[in-house]
Amino acid sequence: MKAGIVIFPGINRERDMAIALKQSTGYAPRMIWHKETDLGDLDMVVIPGGFSFGDYLRCGAMAARSPVMRAIHDHAARGGYILGVCNGFQILTEADLLPGALLRNASLRFLSMDCHLRVERGDTVFTSRYQAGSTFRAVLAHGDGNYFADDATLDRLENEGLVAFRYATPAGAVTPEANLNGSARSIAGILSPNRRILGLMPHPEDLVDPLMGGTGGKPLFDSIAAA
Amino acid sequence: MQEVNQQLARDFGLSSEEYSRVLSIMGRTPSLTELGVFSVMWSEHCSYKSSRVWLKQLPTKQPWVIHGPGENAGVVDIGDGLAAIFKMESHNHPSFIEPYQGAATGVGGILRDVFTMGARPIANLNALRFGSPNHPATKRIVDGVVRGIGGYGNCVGVPTVGGEINFHPAYNGNPLVNAMTVGIARKDKIFLSAAAGIGNPVVYVGSKTGRDGIHGATMASAEFAADSEEKRPTVQVGDPFTEKLLIEACLELMATDAIVAIQDMGAAGLTSSSVEMAGKGGVGIALNLDMVPARETEMSAYEFMLSESQERMLMVLRPDRQEMARGIFEKWDLDFAVIGELTDTGRLTVHYQGQLEADIPLAPLNDQAPLYTRPTIEPPKREKLNSARLEDRIGLTGALRKLIACPDLCSRAWVWDQYDATVGGQTVKRPGAADAAVVKLEGLSRGLALTTDCTPRYCLADPELGGAQAVVEAWRNLTAVGARPLAITDNMNFGNPEKPEIMGQFAAAIRGMASACEALSFPVVSGNVSLYNETEGRAILPTPAIGGLGVLDDVTKAVGLALPPWLDLVLIGTTVGWLGQSLWLREVTGREDGAPPPVDLAIERINGDFVRSRILDGTIRACHDVSDGGVLVAIAEMAMASGVGVRLVTHPRDVPGHAFWFGEDQARYLIAVPDSASFIRSADTAGVPAMRIGTSGGRDLTLPDGGTISVEELRELHEGFFPTWMNPATEAKN
Repeated sequence: MKAGIVIFPGINRERDMAIALKQSTGYAPRMIWHKETDLGDLDMVVIPGGFSFGDYLRCGAMAARSPVMRAIHDHAARGGYILGVCNGFQILTEADLLPGALLRNASLRFLSMDCHLRVERGDTVFTSRYQAGSTFRAVLAHGDGNYFADDATLDRLENEGLVAFRYATPAGAVTPEANLNGSARSIAGILSPNRRILGLMPHPEDLVDPLMGGTGGKPLFDSIAAA
Repeated sequence: MQEVNQQLARDFGLSSEEYSRVLSIMGRTPSLTELGVFSVMWSEHCSYKSSRVWLKQLPTKQPWVIHGPGENAGVVDIGDGLAAIFKMESHNHPSFIEPYQGAATGVGGILRDVFTMGARPIANLNALRFGSPNHPATKRIVDGVVRGIGGYGNCVGVPTVGGEINFHPAYNGNPLVNAMTVGIARKDKIFLSAAAGIGNPVVYVGSKTGRDGIHGATMASAEFAADSEEKRPTVQVGDPFTEKLLIEACLELMATDAIVAIQDMGAAGLTSSSVEMAGKGGVGIALNLDMVPARETEMSAYEFMLSESQERMLMVLRPDRQEMARGIFEKWDLDFAVIGELTDTGRLTVHYQGQLEADIPLAPLNDQAPLYTRPTIEPPKREKLNSARLEDRIGLTGALRKLIACPDLCSRAWVWDQYDATVGGQTVKRPGAADAAVVKLEGLSRGLALTTDCTPRYCLADPELGGAQAVVEAWRNLTAVGARPLAITDNMNFGNPEKPEIMGQFAAAIRGMASACEALSFPVVSGNVSLYNETEGRAILPTPAIGGLGVLDDVTKAVGLALPPWLDLVLIGTTVGWLGQSLWLREVTGREDGAPPPVDLAIERINGDFVRSRILDGTIRACHDVSDGGVLVAIAEMAMASGVGVRLVTHPRDVPGHAFWFGEDQARYLIAVPDSASFIRSADTAGVPAMRIGTSGGRDLTLPDGGTISVEELRELHEGFFPTWMNPATEAKN
C-alpha cells in the first residue's frame, strides 16, 4: 500500500503521521502540498491533524475547498483509500466524503489526554490487526471532536456496520464517562460505505512507540502496511 | 498633530532627565515618531535600565554554551552537531488586562525568539502565578490564560510539556505569565540579528501591521492603577495560524544561504527590530514605511513604528536571493515586502509619504540609553522557627489530606488537559509524569529534559536564598529524570525598581542565583526582566522563575515519578525537619513566616550527581525530588502517579513526626530501588545520606503512626480542586 500525506497550511501532525507510517511500512510517505492536483500512483491518501487554515471558519471547511481536494474526490470515486485523523476527519466531513459533523467538545474546552477506543470491526484495511471488540489506547487532542449526525444517519451507520471505533473504558464498556467529548453514540471513527475511507478523531499515530507511553495505535498502521 | 514637549515625553514614560538626553542627542526637538522611538527603546522593558548592572553578575559561560544572553535566545551544544535554543519571557501586564490574548501572544512571542535563530520549536512550558482563588478576578484570569496558552500552542503544533502554577494573594492584581520555548537547530546553522552589507535589502515578512499594541513596551514598564482596564488597546492580538506559516516559511528559507540577519518584531515592533539589528551590525538603516504591509488605513509613521502587531519578522537578505525568498513566502501566503536597505550613515531614517519622519543617530540611541544603579535596601533576615515548638494539631493523615488538596499542591490535570502535550510524537514524559518533561529528538537516541521552577514564598522571606533555591530546584528536577543539567533561562519578575526594598530583593536574588549557577556549572544563557509588577503600590512576591534544560544521551534511561510495586523507597539527603516557610506551616497553621530552608550547594551537587548516576545505571526505577510539602506529599505524588500504595517505616526519633514528614529541607530525593540495602551501602561510600523509609505495594498509603489512606482517596482529594473551582456545574452534579 503506497501512502501519501496531504499538507494544508496549518496542519501540524504530519511528522507524527509520517513516523508512524514509516515504522510500519518501511518507507517514508510522500508529502503532498495542498496546491498540488495530481496524486500520482498513491493507494492511500492520509490527511493528518492540525488546524488547517487556522480553523478560523468551521474546522476543515477551508481545506475541503483546497485545490488538492478535487484529486482526492476523484481518488475516492475510483475506490481509493483515505485516512483522515482529527482535523483530517473534520475535512472529510466538510468535503462530504463522510457523513456528519464534528462539533465543539461537550465541555467547551480543548481536551488533550489518553482515551480508549473499542474496535467495532476488525475486517477493514485499517483494522485487520485488531480484534473486533478489543480496545486500545490512543491520544486525543482536539477542541471540536464531538461527532454529530441526525438519527437517520446514525442508524444507517450502525446498521451498515460503518462505525469503526467508539470511546470506551479500558475494559471495552461504552459509558458516558468514557465518551470524553460527548460524541453521538460514543462514535470516535466512521467508515465510508465501501469501507475504504476512515475518519477518526483520536491520534493512533502518537502511540506507536513504548517510549512515548504505548503502542496502542501501531496495529492500525500495521494493518495499512499489510494491505 | 501632537506637540512634542516634556509633558508628552513624560506621558511616553521618559523622565525629564531622559528627555534632556534626547534633546542633546538630537540637537533639536524630536518629531513625534522620533520621541516614540526613544521612549520605547529606553523603556525598562527594552533597555533593562534598572537591571543591567545586576544581571552582569550572572555566570553565562561553560564550554557547551554557544550563545549566552544578548541574542534572541540562549544556545547550548547538546551533541550530535545539534544545539538547543531556548528562552523564557514574561507577558504579565497584558495577561492581566486581557488574559486570553495576553497569554496567547506571550507564547507567540517566545516562539519567534527561538525560531528566529534557526531552530524548530519542539516544546513549550509556562510558569504561571495567580492571585488567591478567593479573589473575584482570579478565576477569570486563570480561565483566560489557560485558554490563551492552549489556543496558541495547540494551533502552532508545538507541544506544551510542562510548567508550574502557584496561587498567592500577592498576585491578585498582577498575575505572572512566563512562557518558555525550546527549539533545536544544527549548531552550524544558527541565525543572528547583527545586520551587515551596505545596500542589502531590509525585508518585512509575516502579518500586516495594524494599530494593535502601540506602546505595549511602555505599558509593560509601569505600575497598574485602577484604570488598567483602559489599557486594553495596548494588548496585541495573536494569530497562531500565521505564526505556524511563519515558522515553516522561515525554516524553509533558513535552509538556504539567503539570510544575513533576522530578528522578530516583538516588543516595540519595527522600532526595536530595526534599531537592534542595525545597532549590533554597526550600520545605518533606511526604512520606507510606504512599503510596510498595513492592515488599517491612514496609519501614521508613529503608529507604524510603534505597533506591536504580532507574527512579523525583519530580515536582511543577500540581494541575489531576494526573489527566491519571496517565492517561499508567497507559497505560504505570507506578506513579503522590501521596506528599506542598510546604509553607511549610522542613522535610522524613516520616510513616509514623501516626508522624513525620523532621522536618529543609532550609536547614541543605543550607547546613551539610561543605565541606573538604583538604591537598594538589604532585605531583612527572618527568624528561624523552632519546628519542635510548632504543635501538630491534625496529625499526619489530616495534614496530608489538607496539603495534597490545597491549590498550590493539587493536581494540575485540569490545566494540562487543555494543552496538546503530544503533537510531534516525541513526548516521552508528559506533564505530571516526571519531575521534568522529557522530549526525544526525532530520529536520535538523545532527549531533552525541561522544567520551570521558583518558590516565591522563599524568595520573599530571603531573596538571596530563594534565588539560589529556584536554580537548585530546576537542577534537581532535571537530575531526577536522569538528565545532565546544561543551562537555564531566567525570568525575573519583581515590583517597582524605584523602591529600594524591591531593588534590594532583585540584587539579592541575583546574588543567590549566581552562586548556585556557579556551584552547579549551570549557566544563564538567556532571560527576561519584568519590573513594575505592582498594582496600586502593592508588589508581587519576588519571582525569579527559572527555566532549566538538561540532556539525556540515551532518552530510554529517563525515569518518572510513578512508583512501581514491590520496591524499596529510599530517601536521599538529610532531614532536619525544616518547617519555616513550608506549605505545612501555611496550610495547617495559617502562618507564612520563619526563614526558608537553607541551601547547601556542595551537598546539592554531591547528592544530585549520585542520584543521576544510579538512574543512568538502571538501579533507580522511579525518582521524585522532595520540594513543596515535604517527604509525605512527595510519596503521595509518587503513589498517585502509579496507583500503587506504600507502607512507611518509622521516622528517626530525633525529629518530630510532622517536621520529618512535612519539612522542606533541600537536596533530597525519593527513589525506588529493588534492593535498598546494597543501594544504601553505595550511597554511604559516595558520602550521600540515604535511608529506607518504606516499601511499595498494595493500594493504600500506610503511615508509621498507623494511619491509612487509600491511593484512590488521595487521588480524589488531589484532583478535586481545579474542576470544582472552575466549574460549579460539575460540583453540583457530583
